[in-house]
Amino acid sequence: MSNMLIGLRDWVDARLPIVRAWNTHMGQYYAPKNFNFWYFFGVLSLVVLVNQLLTGIWLTMSYTASAEEAFASVEYIMRDVDFGWIIRYMHSTGASAFFIVVYLHMYRALLYGSYQKPRELIWVFGMLIFVVLMAEAFVGYVLPWGQMSYWGAQVIISLFGAIPVVGEDLVTWIRGDYLISGATLNRFFALHVVALPIVLLGLVVLHLLALHEVGSNNPDGIDIKKNKDANGVPVDGIAFHPYYSVHDLQAIGVFLFVFCAIIFFFPEMGGYFIEYPNFEHANSLKTPEHIAPVWYFTPFYSVLRAVPDKFWGFIAFAASVAIPFMLPWLDRSPVKSWRYRGNATKIALVVLQPHF
Amino acid sequence: MNNEGVNTTRRRFLTGATSAVGVAGAVGIAVPFLGSWNPSAKAKAAGAPMKVDISKLEPGRMMEAEWRGKPVYILRRTEAQVNNLEGLNDQLKDPQSEISKQPAYISGVGRALRPEYLVIEGLCTHLGCTPKFRPEVGAADLGGDSWVGGFFCPCHGSKFDLSGRVYAGVPASANLVVPPHFYENENVLVIGVDTEAA
Repeated sequence: MSNMLIGLRDWVDARLPIVRAWNTHMGQYYAPKNFNFWYFFGVLSLVVLVNQLLTGIWLTMSYTASAEEAFASVEYIMRDVDFGWIIRYMHSTGASAFFIVVYLHMYRALLYGSYQKPRELIWVFGMLIFVVLMAEAFVGYVLPWGQMSYWGAQVIISLFGAIPVVGEDLVTWIRGDYLISGATLNRFFALHVVALPIVLLGLVVLHLLALHEVGSNNPDGIDIKKNKDANGVPVDGIAFHPYYSVHDLQAIGVFLFVFCAIIFFFPEMGGYFIEYPNFEHANSLKTPEHIAPVWYFTPFYSVLRAVPDKFWGFIAFAASVAIPFMLPWLDRSPVKSWRYRGNATKIALVVLQPHF
Repeated sequence: MNNEGVNTTRRRFLTGATSAVGVAGAVGIAVPFLGSWNPSAKAKAAGAPMKVDISKLEPGRMMEAEWRGKPVYILRRTEAQVNNLEGLNDQLKDPQSEISKQPAYISGVGRALRPEYLVIEGLCTHLGCTPKFRPEVGAADLGGDSWVGGFFCPCHGSKFDLSGRVYAGVPASANLVVPPHFYENENVLVIGVDTEAA
């Protein structure tokens, strides 16, 4: 039996380099041995991505993308479809979990200077993933067609109206109507379930390929590839498989405990994960009394509120997303990890935390 | 991997235990994903048992009902038609419905709770077309004098008698299916639920 399997592996390997791929990315991919807690969030974001893809595919099986039926079809999923409630809660909780792990993953990069040379491209791909993820989350939030779906879309789409000259036409073009309507809902559905996930998956592949080309950074910010043994293996590195693959299983286990606890006991998270006004059908004539974006957009929402001008608010909002792209070139310090950096950097990093 | 100084029994146990928990988790997560493909509560409500008023059905006539998207034929047989059934046995594949689908409380050549009324699903047991009701005795296109009335499937020419029993020498190999049903009273037939379960 095992001979047959080895035979099959060799047959495939002669035609497709699966053994080489395995070694490059798992068996002989050497990762620094001093990874800490912060290094779990990359793997966890993959776990959440798979969760979102699977539950998302299952939700489309029962969801109806039309202004008349979307809201009712979500309630149909929650009440009538067998296990529909758990699949939807996995998806809605997964959205928030995605941002939690991605924010922590990004903060890790800031702490240890993981965006610096030679990892600029990893950072840029990562930022692109973040932008696509925001777009994905935004269009996804519109689909249940509740009050927050509608007015959240209203606010974000109106943002583009701040662009001089073409703004108003652009807004109409995005909506495909003179107000947010079924046309908007349908195109957002197409983006949410087909277009953006494909882009996202492609970017994730690029992010990982770029990472595995230059290797991982570590909490000390010292390149392990500078110190290799006679076989060319980094002295301070250990093979990703089995050491980190098994190590990460533990983190995944802990994560799933928390994730399941939320799904089963606090799926709405007191209005943070699923906002209460979204249990009302979208109404284009009445804005809910308290309107706030889902928690993961709060910092960007604050930027909009803080700037006392529509156009400059939009500029500041766009800049808050665009500037981090330039981080590898803005940070000219030769030191990577905050462990060895000045107090100014440390204070700046700590001050950043409560903003999320 | 360096295997020196390794407690292999313990390693095997840990690997096995981890795998077992992983498999249990995978099975657990598969339950909602597979389960959600079952008919939803809405579909089940639409497929619930239904009542049919049979008070206006004349002897020798047939009416159709729709249950779960399937045609259900309700035929009120005349006394002559019922008496004919027994004599057809040697021309049929399964005269006593031994291999055919029908509830346990349906038996014999009449296949009915009340001898007069036949309740069958109007789907040919060959490939699912709807057989035509052909009560006229001696129909020329169905074998002339030997035809005593029954059902004829236009798709592949299967023939059934007035109990829905299949004739020998046609493609279908089982009698028409009798759905679960019972009579609430003289005039109301309930399709979709057994007498016992009601």
